[in-house]
Amino acid sequence: MLLREFSAWMLRYRRTWRSTIVVSVANPLLFLLAIGAGLGRLVAPEALDGMTYLEFFAPGMLAAAAMQNAYIESAFRVNGALRRDRSYVVAAATPLEPRDIMAGHLLFITFRIASSALAFAVVMVAFGASRSPMVVLTVPAALLTGLAFATPLAAWAVTVEKFGTLNAVFRFVLMPMYLLSGTFFTLDSLPAWLHTAAYALPLWHGVDLCRTLSLGTATLAGSLVHVAYLGAFAAGGVAVALVTYRRHLHY
Amino acid sequence: MDDGETPLIDAKGLVKEYPARDRPGGVFRAVAGLDFQVGRGEAFGFLGPNGAGKSSTMRMLGCVSPPTAGTLRILGMDPARDGRLIRARLGVVPQEDALDVELTVRENLLMYGNYFGIPRRVVKERAARLLEFAQLEEKAGDRVEALSGGMRRRLTIARSLVNEPDVLLLDEPTTGLDPQARHVLWDRLFRLKQQGVTLLLTTHYMDEAEQLCDRLVVMDKGLIADEGSPRELIERHSTREVLELRFRLDEQDQATGKVRAVTGAREGERVEVLPDRLMVYTPDGEAALAAVTAAGLAPVTALVRRSTLEDVFLRLTGRSLTD
Ligand SMILES: Nc1ncnc2c1ncn2[C@@H]1O[C@H](COP(=O)(O)OP(=O)(O)O)[C@@H](O)[C@H]1O
Ligand SMILES: [Mg+2]
Repeated sequence: MLLREFSAWMLRYRRTWRSTIVVSVANPLLFLLAIGAGLGRLVAPEALDGMTYLEFFAPGMLAAAAMQNAYIESAFRVNGALRRDRSYVVAAATPLEPRDIMAGHLLFITFRIASSALAFAVVMVAFGASRSPMVVLTVPAALLTGLAFATPLAAWAVTVEKFGTLNAVFRFVLMPMYLLSGTFFTLDSLPAWLHTAAYALPLWHGVDLCRTLSLGTATLAGSLVHVAYLGAFAAGGVAVALVTYRRHLHY
Repeated sequence: MDDGETPLIDAKGLVKEYPARDRPGGVFRAVAGLDFQVGRGEAFGFLGPNGAGKSSTMRMLGCVSPPTAGTLRILGMDPARDGRLIRARLGVVPQEDALDVELTVRENLLMYGNYFGIPRRVVKERAARLLEFAQLEEKAGDRVEALSGGMRRRLTIARSLVNEPDVLLLDEPTTGLDPQARHVLWDRLFRLKQQGVTLLLTTHYMDEAEQLCDRLVVMDKGLIADEGSPRELIERHSTREVLELRFRLDEQDQATGKVRAVTGAREGERVEVLPDRLMVYTPDGEAALAAVTAAGLAPVTALVRRSTLEDVFLRLTGRSLTD
């Protein structure tokens, strides 16, 4: 049943993929070039334990882009599917149950985050921004980061009545998280209390996981902690979404 | 229905409550206890004004809204347990079209067939027939964006038929369409009815109810005011004819008293006062008009017509259907 919802999203995607490429791939890549290669030259490698700023920044950006894609593909689109173009309402009138609609859409979101992460990682490697063959693991790591956001966001967005709420959360929650999760600068440059608080942010775990994998400094224990933390968010999101989807599709 | 066959749809004491929008913690009773049965091949209507609870009822029938109380059996099954199986055999035309505007007309049908797990080859075959039925063959490759309101409505109906449903649920099928588009749609629905499709429809247009429904319930404030065929309802609650009289507004009050006096003396007549006109319910409109003019009254306009469901609604609820 969930495959039916998934293929409906794929059919729609065949019509619109060109415009999504700009947001999900081109934007982060431009960022990578402008900041990593341009601005980054101003940062002396000694300040970053010998790595270039590009090597530091690119894997962080990979994780952050996964989060941003999760917001677009999950929060905005889930809400639109219920309240604007109403494709959820249409699907709910067929044999699909709310949980099938949720699972099918999340599968599509998985595909979207994974394909964007893959494209980003390929370019990252091509630019010489990675130091270790473990970089191949950054794609599933970025996907997991994206899902840690996508599933709770879907669970929440299906309950939101005003589109403006989504924009506000994007601006006042997601954007600060970008800054405080070590994407652009190391947490060491933050005041101590913020530094500790940042460990609670799922994006920080995604950034650190991707970065250590790309640099080759990842430890098994550290990576497992990151994976467990992100996995808990993703699984918790699914559990809540099972309830909110039922409530808001069969009200 | 009377042949002892189990009805396709059987509702007893159906209630729907929502969390109240204006009172936190309170509930709002949109459907307050409905009993009705619909048999195979029937065209059954819910006639009522905005807010009567028609869409809420349709959503419960569509198995996307669990009833708060009461029992509901659809195709012999319980929506709470077998929603999936029931929905597989329903066609649903929601109050608002929700087509995929970025896809073409044909793609919309194909995608919907996919939701029902119908093999692509079969859907394609059906899509061709349905496009013909909906008079959209020439638009098959166009994006839905480019379609008029009437065409979109026909496409929504075509889409609801992709799974060859046993029962078709239509929520206000022609609301918001211009008269010509409505007539085209009625013609299509009439064909479906002739093919033996069981139709359930809601409407606040009395002419739509009269044209399409074998039987209907008059709904107001979540309750059924009465039930029957359009003819039965008219016979039960109205007279054969209606004389509509309009007076100059400053004369209406005075005229009302006189009209009452004139018609009160005549058998089987009564008067309803609306803000802008008087309605004299009578077996013989011409005779009533003659009596009114004989009494020296000079209405600005006088119209004799047959009774309609609008009159039934007015009689049952004291309000008019569309305001
Ligand atoms: N989700 C909801 N929450 C609260 N009230 C609702 C909800 N849906 C409908 N209502 C209210 O229930 C009443 C009946 O609505 P509806 O079934 O849409 O009537 P109709 O289709 O006859 O216009 C209306 O007063 C409407 O405001
Ligand atoms: Mg309605």
